[in-house]
Amino acid sequence: MEQLSMNLLAVAFFLYLAATIFYAVSVTGGKWRNKEGRMTGNNWGKFGYITAILGVVTALGYFFARWAVAGHAPVSNMFEYTAFFAITLSLAFVILYGIYRVDVLGVITMPIIMLMIAYASVFSTEVQPLQPSLQSHWLEIHVITTAIGQGILAISFGAGLIYLLRTIDLKSKSMTKKTFGVEFIMYALMSTLAFVIVTNAFSAFDYEANFAYINEDGEPAEKLYELPPLFGPNEGELLTEERMQPWVEMPDWIVSDDLNTVFWALSSGLILYGLVRLLTRRRVGALLQPLFKGVKPHTVDEISYRSIAIGFPVFALGGLAFAMIYAQIAWTRFWGWDPKEVWALVTFLFYAAYLHLRLNRNWHGEPSAWLAVIGFAIIIFNLIFVNLVIAGLHSYA
Amino acid sequence: MRYEGAARRSQTYNKSIIDKIWNFFSSVKVGIGIIIVTLIASSIGTIFPQEMFIPPGEDPATFYAEEHGALGQIYYSLGLHNLYGSWWYMLLIAALGTSIIIASIDRFFPLYKALKHQRVTRHQSFMKRQRIFGTSNVNEVDTTMEKAQGILKKKRYNVFEENGNILAEKNRWARWGPYVNHIGLIIFLIGASLRFFPGMYIDENVWVREGETTVIPGTSGDYYIENLAFTVDFYDEDDERYQAVMEENDEEHIETFHTDAVLYTPAEGSTVGLDQELEEVDRHGIEVNDSFDFDGYSLYQVDYKMNELKEMSFEVEDRETNDVLGSFTVDLNDPDDGYTLDDEQVRIHSYFPNFVINEDGVPSTENNVPDNPGFIFEMEDPDTGDLEHTFLGIQANYDVSPDDEENRYEFSFDGIETNNVTGLTVRKDNTLPFLIVGGSIFLIGLVQGSYWPHRRIWLQRKNDEVWLAAHTNKNWESLKKDIDAISEETEVTTPQDQTDEEHEKSESQENNLHS
Repeated sequence: MEQLSMNLLAVAFFLYLAATIFYAVSVTGGKWRNKEGRMTGNNWGKFGYITAILGVVTALGYFFARWAVAGHAPVSNMFEYTAFFAITLSLAFVILYGIYRVDVLGVITMPIIMLMIAYASVFSTEVQPLQPSLQSHWLEIHVITTAIGQGILAISFGAGLIYLLRTIDLKSKSMTKKTFGVEFIMYALMSTLAFVIVTNAFSAFDYEANFAYINEDGEPAEKLYELPPLFGPNEGELLTEERMQPWVEMPDWIVSDDLNTVFWALSSGLILYGLVRLLTRRRVGALLQPLFKGVKPHTVDEISYRSIAIGFPVFALGGLAFAMIYAQIAWTRFWGWDPKEVWALVTFLFYAAYLHLRLNRNWHGEPSAWLAVIGFAIIIFNLIFVNLVIAGLHSYA
Repeated sequence: MRYEGAARRSQTYNKSIIDKIWNFFSSVKVGIGIIIVTLIASSIGTIFPQEMFIPPGEDPATFYAEEHGALGQIYYSLGLHNLYGSWWYMLLIAALGTSIIIASIDRFFPLYKALKHQRVTRHQSFMKRQRIFGTSNVNEVDTTMEKAQGILKKKRYNVFEENGNILAEKNRWARWGPYVNHIGLIIFLIGASLRFFPGMYIDENVWVREGETTVIPGTSGDYYIENLAFTVDFYDEDDERYQAVMEENDEEHIETFHTDAVLYTPAEGSTVGLDQELEEVDRHGIEVNDSFDFDGYSLYQVDYKMNELKEMSFEVEDRETNDVLGSFTVDLNDPDDGYTLDDEQVRIHSYFPNFVINEDGVPSTENNVPDNPGFIFEMEDPDTGDLEHTFLGIQANYDVSPDDEENRYEFSFDGIETNNVTGLTVRKDNTLPFLIVGGSIFLIGLVQGSYWPHRRIWLQRKNDEVWLAAHTNKNWESLKKDIDAISEETEVTTPQDQTDEEHEKSESQENNLHS
């Protein structure tokens, strides 16, 4: 059953891939029209939509099968939550595409969903027993609602990115704040991709390098690296045979294996990005730009705004209201300034500011699109950084 | 903002100080500024752990510098280690509340008046100013207007008619959403500030040993709690679902921990004091996620301590005769002054539940928890009448005598008993009803304002033309679909979206030609 659920997730992944291809063809398919007749261009979008819906159904199959196996909703560690976030994003896409029928939204959203599933699978996928505070139906109510809210909010990032790629001139020689911003988003997405590829490549060969080192309390300890150690631990001594010696040794107060992972992610992303730039001699954004020629900026601006208008109340309900009820029951207080709580508040305040800024026409369009990108960055920061780096009650992974 | 002529206070008066304060807080720009500053301040509070999260017993004055270096030192000296309780953070929240109240009042009444008394026939310039506007040449004006009216009614618009002109309006009530959610926020913020009034909020901790009955702190002696038994359950190592995780690490995975508790209240009329009679009120198994609730109080399971020392037994031997004189058992939480062996008497000269040698080199105790008990026992040698002293502690057994002579009586450990201690939090929060009401109103207002758009469509006859203008507070594309339905079935043509870039461009070119 557990294997079945993982297989369903894999199938969903490939369905999202198929949907990406269909949507891409529907956008670029203008050339085909003369050969195949008028309707062809539209039909590819329909195929994309059907495939995306099938993807959501299959992904929900994974979700409920795993729920049945584990006895609790699979939303309690990094793998489970990130995968579920991807599912809610695809669900939100199905809803918003249903309203606006803009094919390019699929071209950009589907790859983001795939990237999130791939990133989730970097973490341990084992079914874990729940610690006492998590044994409550409020876990399911709170986390599922929050994830749905974040999924809808994330659509605004996709639509905002389309707006930027559609309207910003990326062909000009000189670098501006805008071109840098767009390219930075591209680099961030490519870093995630590169990180997933690198970790999967090394884990396919069961790469491990074990170190004996002196930890921050001055005690001897061991540390396991799953990527080649460029940054070694304090007074580290390699225990595994035939592994490279670290380039640099880190002092004891730096978590050297985390730093090593971050460095691998950022630098392999840089190599990937650099290669694409070098081979094509164009900005990465400029490569994608032709896809978005046909879309009306107004429409994507409205999709971006509307997904925030729909997602914000859902996020407030799940990430704050249900969160407070659950915290009162499990942790004796509805609010305790735990970092995750604070960042949920920051997310809430950010989108509240966005909604108030929208009252002013000058903030429609490009400024809104940049804000949608920042909002998504805050959500991702709260997911990854606050869970893994800042210690708190929500550090489950 | 579009208030169609109704006056806002902030745009009418600007003389007195009150006017100026009012005008400051009524600005949406100022409100957004306060939100952004609050957002940035809140995130700064997560850079390093707040004071409440640093390990217990650590001195914040040294902790931040030692743990986080120079940055930590700066963080501490700026007071950022206690950011959320700082005066300026409170002031920010207060400013946010003020802004919400004033900005809402300043806008609500004019908006209400404007929408309540809006006319059906609007001035030409009003029509032209709307984002969606168009004119169509129409042959059959009457039938066109009639048809359009029918289509809009089908689409659930409220249609008002005046001199053959039409105003179709939908979801006006959604415009009140922001005001409803702001009222909810204000109630929530007031509720949160009530915590600072005495009696509204209680947060206490209590440790209760198995078999012990103790007064519940924060209840002014009204309630007592007994810990009948405390248990910790672990996940079954053979559970197939968790095999992978169980094999990976050997640590035990706690499933739950649980206190069987009995609640008492002092019997009426019984004397206050140690021996007062207690009456049972209720009993309940307390677990994480399942608190014991009574009379506005809640007892939460938060912590525990397994195998705390409870009793120690000792045996005493006479070194001269090698006879065992007997044994005795000391209750570490409530020791007696003395114990009787078969014939002899043992007196406790000193008892240190948690033994340490203090800074002055004198034996002392850290607290009353028997984690490291130490005793000085006293016995009298019946032959000489001398008093002998022996120190006993964990892995310690010395004769205490001024002239280093060996004592006649030898003490030895004869066993220990342990028990479990439960850690409970006592909570009373009378602010919760305000927060629940405020939060609910907030969410209702948010949905009301977010999920329904307020749409208005004006249709006016001008000789052989029909003028169409439309406005909505959100989702323009959907509004256009409503209008498309009219232009498909009547002679009315699709109006312009005056913000379309192509349109703007051509318009500016036109203007250039004219000027």
